[in-house]
Amino acid sequence: MQQGGNRQTEKLLLQRSVPGRVGVVLPGLDVPAQPMPANSLLRNELALPELSEPEVVQYFTGLSLKNFSIDTHFYPLGSCTMKYNPKINDEIAFQAGFAGIHPLQPVEQSQGALELLYKLQGFLGEITGLPAVSLATLAGAHGELGGMLMIRAQHLANGETGRLKVAIPDSAHGTNPASAAMAGFEVVELASDNDGNVDLGALRSVAGPDLAGVMITLPSTLGLFDTNILEVCRIVHEAGGLVYGDGANMNALLGRVKLGDLGFDVCHLNLHKTFSTPHGGGGPGAGPVCCTEQLAPYLAAPMVTQNGDSYDLFTPEKSIGKLSGFHGNFGVLVRAYTYIRTLGDAGIKSISGNAVLSANYMMNALRGVYHLPYDRTCMHEAVFSADFQKERGSSGLEIAKRLLDYGFHAPTMYFPLIVHEALMIEPTESETKETIDAFIQALIDIDREVTEDTELVNNAPHTTPVARLDEAKAARQPDLRWQPEAAD
Amino acid sequence: MSPEDRKFTQEHEWVMVDPAAAGTAIAGITEYAQDQLGDIVFFELPKVGDAVAHLGKMGEVESVKAVSDLFSPINGTVTEINEKLLDHPELVNEDPFGEGWLIKVAMTDAAELDGLMSSQDYDAFIAGL
Repeated sequence: MQQGGNRQTEKLLLQRSVPGRVGVVLPGLDVPAQPMPANSLLRNELALPELSEPEVVQYFTGLSLKNFSIDTHFYPLGSCTMKYNPKINDEIAFQAGFAGIHPLQPVEQSQGALELLYKLQGFLGEITGLPAVSLATLAGAHGELGGMLMIRAQHLANGETGRLKVAIPDSAHGTNPASAAMAGFEVVELASDNDGNVDLGALRSVAGPDLAGVMITLPSTLGLFDTNILEVCRIVHEAGGLVYGDGANMNALLGRVKLGDLGFDVCHLNLHKTFSTPHGGGGPGAGPVCCTEQLAPYLAAPMVTQNGDSYDLFTPEKSIGKLSGFHGNFGVLVRAYTYIRTLGDAGIKSISGNAVLSANYMMNALRGVYHLPYDRTCMHEAVFSADFQKERGSSGLEIAKRLLDYGFHAPTMYFPLIVHEALMIEPTESETKETIDAFIQALIDIDREVTEDTELVNNAPHTTPVARLDEAKAARQPDLRWQPEAAD
Repeated sequence: MSPEDRKFTQEHEWVMVDPAAAGTAIAGITEYAQDQLGDIVFFELPKVGDAVAHLGKMGEVESVKAVSDLFSPINGTVTEINEKLLDHPELVNEDPFGEGWLIKVAMTDAAELDGLMSSQDYDAFIAGL
């Protein structure tokens, strides 16, 4: 639909500029005119648009209406936990005492903020069963790096200088091997078995005196609970290694399973995912690290402690040091704390229950229509393959693009890497049955379209502001900056 | 049907003796590999003079879907890389068995080729994936 007047947001502000048009009329000069500064101090080469106020408002409002977000649409992006972010989280974070505080304000003036951080450390320790918590890391991968540096520091402190290898399943997020490598380890890939669990034979073959540890995502990126997990932890510990938990998928376990009880030594949590703070535009995130008492001395600084009635910052005895400027992404931490307090024990438990129920409901409704390479009861997400549809001419990419025409965000595609034509769908706990039913019906309809009108699917999307983008050209010849059109 | 004039690995690389220089092998990735990768946007290839080892990592390929490791099909020393791929990685999507070759290698032992999969074996292997 073409919008009226000059409201098409395709036209940039500079292209709408009309010489002499103004947005604000300044009052006349009522003081003596002063000489202008020297020319060398004045810039006149900036091309600033000349526009009226309504034009500017219409332009930016028009752009904002193109936003696709959790507040406007269903967003089943697998592995990203795009759940609803309750507005009370923002209300609390916007309170002047939290929003206006400065990180260098003295501890005596920051007691309320420090109390919140201290209590959040305690909540996260309780939820993970790993009681020592540092909130300083700013994202999932940042937490991974912190955790791997702690594992390295403990092995070195014990004189175990030969523990150089970290084993990581082939289903892992790409950040896992990257974080292990950044911490100085050599990465060994662990095969998955036919059920999607860690292959115990492969693990035993690398569990030796050179193994520093493993990085395990539970549930795995296949959306499956690794039924070998107790044995995995036992094998690694017997070899003298440590078990790192990637908490990316904790939404499936909240209030029901503690990683510490299973034998994990250290993990991170993605507060921006599991604890409902806005994300998806690249941040801000928070990736606190939780660990056993044994590893606690190595946690990143600063941490918060309670002394009688007051709270204070401290650096753990053998800390790996600071990994961020101040105390972590404080606004995100306030939102996560609010979320936990809003829900309470029973509410926290209902998150994982409903997330797993939603995913299994969807998986069972689509079984047979889309291929399920690992056909087991899933956790919070299900990984399908578009193999059936590819045989009829449409790949996973095409199906994902077509979903946009139905008003749904595309699922995660082509990940995990061990599934052909992967479509990784995470409905989360916060959508209604009606929404999930509509999404299921869209995928059933698209499957029929692949047979009846392959081109319709393969040329999708048809209803979005821009049609199919040339992803290959965008990567091969990136055009990253607006530049004025060349003069004729 | 993969070409019969060359050998294949389980990592979806092909290798053949350079018709212009005995003792030198030409290597690339297969049609199946390029199809699975999708549009390729970048190659990181070894340098001329680098030693490569059978099934050892020799570089990376990045497509719109993922970054994947490249493995050498054979032991030897790199004598030439396909410079065209640095600006035109799409050559591998268009012609993986021809214009889209990756590297030439002075083979340590040409007899190693006998241990690799024939085109029939490789076609059967990918049919089972």
